[in-house]
Amino acid sequence: MKGNGNHNARIGVYVCHCGTNIAGKVDVNALAEYAGKLPGVIVSREYKYMCSDPGQELIVKDVKDLKLNRVVVASCSPHLHELTFRKTTANAGQNPYLFHMVNLREHVSWVSEDPIAATEKSKALVKAAVLRAVWHEELEPRRFPVNPNVLIVGGGIAGIHAALTLASAGKQVYLVEREPSIGGHMAQFDKTFPTLDCAACILTPKMTAVKQSSNIHLYSLSEVSEVSGFVGNFKVKVKKYPRYIDEAKCVGCGECIEECVYKEGKYPNEFDLGLGKRKPIYMSFPQAVPSIPLIDSATCIEFKSHKCPKGCVEKCGDRNAIDFTQKVEEVELEVGTIIMATGFKTFDPRRLPQYGYGKFPNVYTSLEIERLVNASGPTLGQVILRDGRRPESIGILHCIGSRDENTNKYCSRVCCMYSLKLAHLLKEKTGAHLYNFYIDMRTPGKGFEEFYKRVLDEGVSFIRGKVAEVSGWAQSPAEEGKMILRVEDTLLGIIRRIPVDMVVLSTGLEPQADQQEVRRLFNLGCSAEGWFLERHPKLAPVDTFTDGIFLAGCNQGPKDIPDTVAQAGAAAAQCMAHIDKGFVEMEPNTAWIDEELCSGCHVCIGMCPYSAIHFDTEKKVAVLNEALCKGCGSCVAACPSGSAQQNLFRDEQLFAEVEGVLV
Amino acid sequence: MSNNFNPSIVGFFCNWCTYLAADLAGTSRMKYAPNVRVVRTMCSGRVDPQMILWAFRHGADGVLIGGCHPGDCHYQEGNYKALRRSKLLRKMLPQFGIEPERLRLEWISASEGERLRDVVNEFTAEIRHLGPLHKKQAAPQMAVAA
Repeated sequence: MKGNGNHNARIGVYVCHCGTNIAGKVDVNALAEYAGKLPGVIVSREYKYMCSDPGQELIVKDVKDLKLNRVVVASCSPHLHELTFRKTTANAGQNPYLFHMVNLREHVSWVSEDPIAATEKSKALVKAAVLRAVWHEELEPRRFPVNPNVLIVGGGIAGIHAALTLASAGKQVYLVEREPSIGGHMAQFDKTFPTLDCAACILTPKMTAVKQSSNIHLYSLSEVSEVSGFVGNFKVKVKKYPRYIDEAKCVGCGECIEECVYKEGKYPNEFDLGLGKRKPIYMSFPQAVPSIPLIDSATCIEFKSHKCPKGCVEKCGDRNAIDFTQKVEEVELEVGTIIMATGFKTFDPRRLPQYGYGKFPNVYTSLEIERLVNASGPTLGQVILRDGRRPESIGILHCIGSRDENTNKYCSRVCCMYSLKLAHLLKEKTGAHLYNFYIDMRTPGKGFEEFYKRVLDEGVSFIRGKVAEVSGWAQSPAEEGKMILRVEDTLLGIIRRIPVDMVVLSTGLEPQADQQEVRRLFNLGCSAEGWFLERHPKLAPVDTFTDGIFLAGCNQGPKDIPDTVAQAGAAAAQCMAHIDKGFVEMEPNTAWIDEELCSGCHVCIGMCPYSAIHFDTEKKVAVLNEALCKGCGSCVAACPSGSAQQNLFRDEQLFAEVEGVLV
Repeated sequence: MSNNFNPSIVGFFCNWCTYLAADLAGTSRMKYAPNVRVVRTMCSGRVDPQMILWAFRHGADGVLIGGCHPGDCHYQEGNYKALRRSKLLRKMLPQFGIEPERLRLEWISASEGERLRDVVNEFTAEIRHLGPLHKKQAAPQMAVAA
């Protein structure tokens, strides 16, 4: 058996008040007194804030003066302050793994009603910790080098900004984007609120910088298919889908597109949300990066019949960049850190049939309007209805798929502001009368309220109320040929009917359709709404529960461009912290096998999800490779002889803890 | 069955899902029964059936194992191992004179604070209904928990 200090344990127990967070419910004096009488406890104290400097000094002093060799702190969750107190005991010259923590705040005081029951529960947990601490032993953290390369998944503004930040620091970045071009949603926007900067004007220089950087390796039309390893040492497989045009040979002249047998676009252009048409060979938008066309094998005649005259190949000539034989390729990358910048999708308003999307041709989503008002959009910036008319009146409906018990309960944060922006742009382009239908106007941000005031002054009408229905049922001559919005005007207290020519649905933001699969691929967590879960909502907003993987942008929750860029910068900084440190220290919670006790039954070998255990045929025992072990303890639970053990979670420690909680 | 009976329940919660759900229930100030005492393991797959029997032997009236939802295990498949073991153990428990209902395995993710509260309350009520496992020790247990 690996060392045990149970005969001469000298334990110090420290009960934290956490102001009134714990002391308001738990009788901390009685608890400290109780702890003082437990076997092996030399000193037991209570203090207002154990995590404060004086609180930590209290521990250091006791460890030195009283020669303590075990410390138990009863305060908050170990997820919050275990590291803090481990460092404290290390400062006192003690091995940090001799420390143990009791979670009184999250697990007792905050969730209990009865102070007596809370105090009894606290006693049980403190006793368990004292009995467990006796079995703690000195351990050393495992050290591994950090691969300095970074993987960024998603090439929207978040991924682009993070990639450029890392590249400017000289780090190698692999940027994986599944669409034909980077740019993400931002590339589809016309102007950005509240400054009305043109989205393309501020984004495309960054996209070009990605293309020009020798430190960024861009994989477009690619998806991550496999992730293994751990912080500092990830192995990633990337599937690269065929573009049917050789990126190394193509110069992006676009003459192949001109020569396509289709003289006009025939198929809906995905980038323009189907409002425009494209050929089977196309560039998704003029500023695309990489600026290389692609061939859609589902619509290209050569793929369908092999009888196309192939004007594209002829025009390309000696460059010979078009390659109909391209296949899916798999690339293996080794990186130390990963940034998830996978973005969002917009709410599909077909789920709310009362708004008539898909039924009335002139009901649009806000993203469609972005394309419609864009000078490089399908109508070259002309706001023309699907029937060719120019709208004279337009209704913008806020909160479609947000703040709604039937769809998403959360606020999507950006819709009020982009609705104001679209109101301004539509008014400017059409001179139509604009109505905004809102529940509450939410404009908290730099320059946001001022922009709202500006749009109000421009004469846009604001009606406080959620539209109940978009219908085509005219009840008066003025309503003929229009869509009628029925709404309760909650400021006037009446039901109104407002006829309009165009309806804009301000759709909310949702997690990507494959958010769950991606989450599993990268071993992340999701919040109840389906967004990726950050390690701590306030203090670790870009970290995840998987070390070395960071979040940037809307995959963690709806946010606007400034917040996204700020978060992307933060995620890049976290990667650089790992890279510049050069190594990672891992919790030494690995398993080990006692050769003396092992009977060679093989049970543990099949248990290990990481193939960290193999069978030594000469010694006829199981052998564990510590470098591969991630510390789940499955083998330990399965071992019939007790020869498999897990550091920090040894049988003796857990059995003692169970005994302790059952005072 | 006395309503004053305050069951002792041991909760084996995995570090990545259920323990965090309990932390979330705390930060959200949800109130629930004080009967479940949590022992943290890295994975529900670490919960050795012997630990469960040990808990019953040392006075537990119920044991609650909390792990990640199927497919969500931080260690790929530890929760499936917990599932297989607990199913087998539930079959064996009656041979020790222990009702299988006293052992429960639940999937509670890190974002499910409400679910944690509900499961703890419901399981505590169920064990209270079943009564003390150790009739002889029932009285001192009540004294402690009161």
